[in-house]
Amino acid sequence: MRSFSPPFHPVLAGALDRIRAARVICAYRRFFFPPARPFCRLFIRAASLACVLVSLPAQAELVIEITQGRDDPTPIAVVPFAWDGKGRAPGDIAGIVAADLLRSGQFAPVERGDMLSLPAREEDVFYRDWRATDVEFLLIGRVSAPERGALRVDYELFDVFRQEKILDGNEAGPVEALRMVAHRVSDAVYEQLTGVPGAFATRIVYISATRASWRKKQNYRLMLADSDGARPRVIFESREPLLSPSWAPDGRRIAYVSFESDRPAIYMQDLKSGARRQLTNFKGLNGAPAFSPDGRLLALTLSKDGSPDIYLMNLQNRTLRRLTRHYAIDTEAAWMPDGKSIIFTSDRGGRPQIYQLTLANGRTERLTFEGPWNARASVAADGRTMAMVQQAGLRYHIAVQDLVRGRVQVLTSTELDESPTVAPNGSMLLYATKYGERGILAAVSVDGSVKFRLPSTEGDVREPAWSPYDPGL
Amino acid sequence: MNKLKLASGALAFVFAFALTGCGGGGDRPGSGALRAAMEAAGNVVYFDLDQSVLRPDARRVLDAHIAVLRRNNASIRLEGHADERGTREYNLALGERRANSVADYMSVNGISGRRIETVSYGEERPVALGSGEFNWRQNRRVEIIH
Repeated sequence: MRSFSPPFHPVLAGALDRIRAARVICAYRRFFFPPARPFCRLFIRAASLACVLVSLPAQAELVIEITQGRDDPTPIAVVPFAWDGKGRAPGDIAGIVAADLLRSGQFAPVERGDMLSLPAREEDVFYRDWRATDVEFLLIGRVSAPERGALRVDYELFDVFRQEKILDGNEAGPVEALRMVAHRVSDAVYEQLTGVPGAFATRIVYISATRASWRKKQNYRLMLADSDGARPRVIFESREPLLSPSWAPDGRRIAYVSFESDRPAIYMQDLKSGARRQLTNFKGLNGAPAFSPDGRLLALTLSKDGSPDIYLMNLQNRTLRRLTRHYAIDTEAAWMPDGKSIIFTSDRGGRPQIYQLTLANGRTERLTFEGPWNARASVAADGRTMAMVQQAGLRYHIAVQDLVRGRVQVLTSTELDESPTVAPNGSMLLYATKYGERGILAAVSVDGSVKFRLPSTEGDVREPAWSPYDPGL
Repeated sequence: MNKLKLASGALAFVFAFALTGCGGGGDRPGSGALRAAMEAAGNVVYFDLDQSVLRPDARRVLDAHIAVLRRNNASIRLEGHADERGTREYNLALGERRANSVADYMSVNGISGRRIETVSYGEERPVALGSGEFNWRQNRRVEIIH
């Protein structure tokens, strides 16, 4: 996969962004609404207009809006999958796969109206049909119902130029898990074409709050959704603040902070059963929970001994070990993937910066030196890419720092960006930002080249946390 | 260490007031005026960006509350808040620092730390929605709840 980044020029880059955005949005429109071509040209001219792109079926509370794509996305045809069962097909799996690939910013799915044929089997594939429209890859498939309530997808991926099949596979699951089954097909196709495992079949949790001054009745919701924002459901609801959701590495439990007792306390909740357990209720702060990579320890912030410090809780016997001992604020612990050290935010140097503490010897060193203010860091699975919030003037942006070379790259340009969370495959970051006056979620690729928004239809949405690879459907 | 000193100082104050018959046990004559002054001062003190140091205007508000609290033995709750800038967990810590700085001021002025409960809501409960310094400065606050 080639990638291209033009030389940076603030004004030019802005214009380029808009053109790219328009192009990607048009690709999306063309794909889902084939006859809209004259409208689409108009659309390029009105590039600043936002186009709302609904993932199919259009029931999602969160809606995807691509704001910046790569310059040279790979053209791919995702032919509607044939339905081999009785009655109507249970859903548009090919549509979900195409939307996934488009959202990655690396692919430009061909509009259905431009397909000269709609093959569902290898023997029906005529490469000339696809070469004629400059398609580089072709995905076809069939959906069947091996038994009532079950679903099976068989798919094949072809390289049009080399005229050969490069992948075939199948996925199965209950009909209710249709979207996840589709995302798994996307994961396999993405990995075959980019060499990086896909992370479409993953989930996110986030906080949604009704937008009101707190003196009015306010409502806080802990939400769970697919990684594309589809199928949002409420996990926990409270009149008091909820914050800092964090995934256990098994993808089955989350920890978060709830003020339901009029004070902050940390709770752990099983996603399947909904069972909740209170883990802490100390005097002062109880915040920033973060599971260790082996799931046995929870790093957290407590101020019971004076100022906010980082502690480790053994989740088996609930014993506590104090890690930091400083009169400054120490908080927002995150684990290095090897579980041997944690990184955290501290203002011990005057302003918040990121520090690393090695658990074996307690040695602490400062990691961030660029920018006057860095906070809430997390590290990707590669152990090398650190995402964080960086202040620049009056604004707060998402930045990534290469922990080996020390190079820092600012990825976002909106005003109040926070809570970066890295996809388990390290390709994208999800973060919270403001769109107008509302809190929304947005995503950016780790190299900064692809951006999209997930605006919500109601309330303030914030604090996304991307799941580990999914444990099941 | 510092905390201990403050707490023992506060105890000494309370003791002194008990001896002179001014501390403890219900409102005294003349407290109506003090209460009116307290209500006029309001129950919110404001802070500068990323700061927990009490401003002179905050001290005036707190002094009015302290005058009333010295004449009764009611408990109070101090709720610390931050504006929306910065990260949420850091702002929780900042809100706590602000609530603590109000609690410390009250302690050195004779109100027992045992009568004071502090809690921080960080940026989770803004009074003024929206961005800009006009809104932000209303949200960087400690509320005194009697």
